[in-house]
Amino acid sequence: MGEMLSVKDINVYYGSIHAIRDVSFHVNEGEIVTLIGANGAGKTTTMHAISGLLKLRSGEIDYCGHTISKMEAHKIIRLGLAQVPEGRRVFSGLTVQQNLMLGAYTRRDGKEAIQNDFDMVYDLLPRLKERRSQAAGTLSGGEQQMLAIGRALMCKPKMLLLDEPSMGLSPLLVKEIFKIIRDVNRQGVTVLLVEQNAKMALEIANRAYVLETGTIKMEGEATELANNIEVRKAYLGC
Amino acid sequence: MQFMSYLISGISLGSVYALIALGYTMVYGIAKMLNFAHGDIIMIGSYVIFFAFGSFGWNPIVSVLFAMAVCTVLGVTIERVAYRPLREAPSLAVLITAIGVSYLLQQVAQLLWKSDPKSFTSIVTAAGLEPLALFEGQLVISAETIVTIIACVIIMAALTLFVNKTVPGHAMLAVSEDRGAAQLMGVNVNATIALTFAIGSALAAIAGALLCSSYPSLSPTTGAMPGIKAFVAAVFGGIGSIPGAFLGGILLGVIENLSKAYISTQLSDAIVFLVLVVVLIVKPTGLLGKKVNVKV
Repeated sequence: MGEMLSVKDINVYYGSIHAIRDVSFHVNEGEIVTLIGANGAGKTTTMHAISGLLKLRSGEIDYCGHTISKMEAHKIIRLGLAQVPEGRRVFSGLTVQQNLMLGAYTRRDGKEAIQNDFDMVYDLLPRLKERRSQAAGTLSGGEQQMLAIGRALMCKPKMLLLDEPSMGLSPLLVKEIFKIIRDVNRQGVTVLLVEQNAKMALEIANRAYVLETGTIKMEGEATELANNIEVRKAYLGC
Repeated sequence: MQFMSYLISGISLGSVYALIALGYTMVYGIAKMLNFAHGDIIMIGSYVIFFAFGSFGWNPIVSVLFAMAVCTVLGVTIERVAYRPLREAPSLAVLITAIGVSYLLQQVAQLLWKSDPKSFTSIVTAAGLEPLALFEGQLVISAETIVTIIACVIIMAALTLFVNKTVPGHAMLAVSEDRGAAQLMGVNVNATIALTFAIGSALAAIAGALLCSSYPSLSPTTGAMPGIKAFVAAVFGGIGSIPGAFLGGILLGVIENLSKAYISTQLSDAIVFLVLVVVLIVKPTGLLGKKVNVKV
């Protein structure tokens, strides 16, 4: 189990604001790693830096033997690194089916393989199947989150970046989404999960990093961090 | 019968506006910018046809295809050189650049081909099509009118199918809705925007051919007024919407022609713009425009 993603000393700016300072972490193949932190800690910025939507000022990001920190976003996904963005960002004017089809946009391995993955996604997320010809904008929040995950799975990713999948969902739905994430991981997809809901994230993750005002404050095994007094106080509320 | 004749030529004029408006509306929907140089691409396309067909005696259809190719290259080049470097710039900067490009094209045309109007030979008549006489000759519809309306309907249908039924079309819709999310799907945003400019510019060449066949005077400012009116048509129909551009264009052409016939030739443009103002007061997003959901 080698290192799949490694982020080395990255710095990201928004204009003159130094949003991410010398952040380093790594994700091994097959793991679920979570990046927890409060609002504004820099979690989404880190995600966007990895997926190529934001450019680094300095540092390097390597993924499966490729340096991706200088690559354009639409090329990074071709390496099998997919992102489920914060706020779902499904294409509301397109149907569920068309959204999933766009998820497979980069694939050139034939209709049959893509059809297999349609079946896989509909199997994993049966609610989407019921709503396949409905416009994505008419789905509920939870369904949209499922669609965003399904859409990312359609590109056959080796690694999935999930940005706050629990945001704005009821506790019951959050449980369901986390169960899906665990299922996806069991099927062999490595997961990097960014969450404000530290309790849930630490439950399913192998390892975790705590991000605070743009720097990594703590790291370790998820169970270890879940018992850490500082983490409990700041993020678990107990 | 008189009314029918005005109505039909209004629909024909409107079809030209609709073709131009498609270029405006697609570029706006996907690149989120107003390409005010679009009208001048029509003018360049018309000059290309004027020389290819009028001076070198090429086949009219070949001339139009050649003009489409030239305009496509021109449109994509303009996007690459003038607009792409400003992708992250404030929209006002892009707007001013587009106006600058518009004047640049007009001035270059004036330098190359002088400002005196050229008399354009109708490519439709040259292709050997005859006017259609109905009701024992009481209603005569020119071949240009018929070809313009048919061309517009075919192009509209083809474009609608392309956008709604093909994967590159879906990629366009995705870029139009959420550029970042589209990139995360692996859609090359720059290539998609370039494709949009290519389609819009090719349609501009067709619009130029049809416009100058019906109104056969060609000068470096030929594209300016139809360009502005097509922009009005796009806003009227709901900018960003393809059926909106079609509807807006046709309505605008009909209103313009009927005002010319029954109210006043001088005031027809004013009436057209007045209608736009009224529509925007009642329905700010245009006739078929979507409500924009502002994301938090």
